[in-house]
Amino acid sequence: MDAIKTVDLTKKYKDLTAVDALNLTVRQGELLSLLGVNGAGKTTTIKMLTGLTRPTSGDAFLNGKSVLTDSAAVKAMIAVSPQETAVAPHLTVRENLELMAGVHGFSKFEARDKVAELGGRFGLGELADKRAGKLSGGWQRRLSIAMALVSGPQILFLDEPTLGLDVLARGELWELIRALKGSMTVILTTHYMEEAEALSDRVAIMKSGRLLLADAPAEIKRRAGTDKFDQAFVRIVKGGQP
Amino acid sequence: MKGLAFSKRNDLEILRDPLNLIFGVGFPIVLLLLLTAIQANIPVPMFEIGHLAPGIAVFGLSFMTLFSATLIAKDRGSSFLQRLYATPLTAGDFILGYLLPILPVSMAQSVICYGAAVLLGLEVTVHLVASVLFTLPVSLLFVSLGLLCGSIFTDKQVGGVCGALLTNLTAWLSGVWFDLGLVGGAFQKIANLLPFVHAVELERAVLRGDYAGAFPHLWWVSAYAAAVTIIAVFAFLRQMKRQ
Repeated sequence: MDAIKTVDLTKKYKDLTAVDALNLTVRQGELLSLLGVNGAGKTTTIKMLTGLTRPTSGDAFLNGKSVLTDSAAVKAMIAVSPQETAVAPHLTVRENLELMAGVHGFSKFEARDKVAELGGRFGLGELADKRAGKLSGGWQRRLSIAMALVSGPQILFLDEPTLGLDVLARGELWELIRALKGSMTVILTTHYMEEAEALSDRVAIMKSGRLLLADAPAEIKRRAGTDKFDQAFVRIVKGGQP
Repeated sequence: MKGLAFSKRNDLEILRDPLNLIFGVGFPIVLLLLLTAIQANIPVPMFEIGHLAPGIAVFGLSFMTLFSATLIAKDRGSSFLQRLYATPLTAGDFILGYLLPILPVSMAQSVICYGAAVLLGLEVTVHLVASVLFTLPVSLLFVSLGLLCGSIFTDKQVGGVCGALLTNLTAWLSGVWFDLGLVGGAFQKIANLLPFVHAVELERAVLRGDYAGAFPHLWWVSAYAAAVTIIAVFAFLRQMKRQ
């Protein structure tokens, strides 16, 4: 079964069509990056897939569950790490993780085990009692992703996970994201071409609400006739088709 | 259980913000001390501790609107709510999670305010306990106003609307600092149509043991609290849908 399958997924805001009859399939365990210039429809697509916005028409199925008719089941299997660092600033690192365990209905013991596991995996153990608002940008982003993983999601949405981070912090986060591959389906939106190329199994390029193509980075470069991914992206977006 | 985790988070966020403690607890106590000192030098019936303490208790509760609205507006502005909207939390969990945890904080603030008043000479009677209990509808009114303002304003706008406008409205139109009858006219009529003066008169009546005199004011405050809560719930649901 596909992890995600959209069928003519469309979102209109009055006269503006933000997403236009999107048909996209994502395999289980795959890391797919959504690329596009501002206004391409990436964020609206993510919002529809995560149940934050209702499609105007069409539907999307996450592990077979419709976002229209089975949103509770969809929400139980997904997690979102938003673009901005969405942490509770006055709570400690541990309390932020416990909060996410709590809202997913974990018992105290389950929450404690999960917090310990993620604290170790993300190197947050020593910072467990530090207020989240006092962490550096890179560590807040780590915490933000760790919070998304507390529920053990089958599908993880990472919205611009390394935006604004320095090269070192970005490299460290890349390693953490790479480690997730295979264990869950990851949808990543980013403006960094090198990030999409380095991390993705496939890249989906959107423009003006439409999907231009979805393929492996190497294949996208081949089709665009260049060995540079950013050039390939520009050619495809400017040309409308590869 | 899921909603409880969210409520606990909201409580911690409010209680750990030092500005909240300064304004919520420190400011009303400073006012109480200052006006009691003035009263000691120039006796004015308005500032006798039995008359002043209920007014300060109500004025202190107006800060709950600021705390609640700031928390909600910041959550909306920072993607924190977007993260939580993608979890199994329901709309009811969010609304109760923002409303309920602040009510015990309000109660605690009233206890501290009346406790300070006792140290300044307020007589300890059973009516004092009742006064604290009767702050509950007043607290609900202010906390619901916080949910409403937090749902429609940004965190910067909240500072102006709740931090400046509402606290001033509560101060001027509640009869805490001066007898509204001295101004009279349209000013007094408008004040009497709003809930603030009724909240203060409710507290004053309960503190002196005049429960019959308290009830007309209780109805005013309860009706406003119920109406504002309903409007706030709709405003929150509307912004939730928009997000």
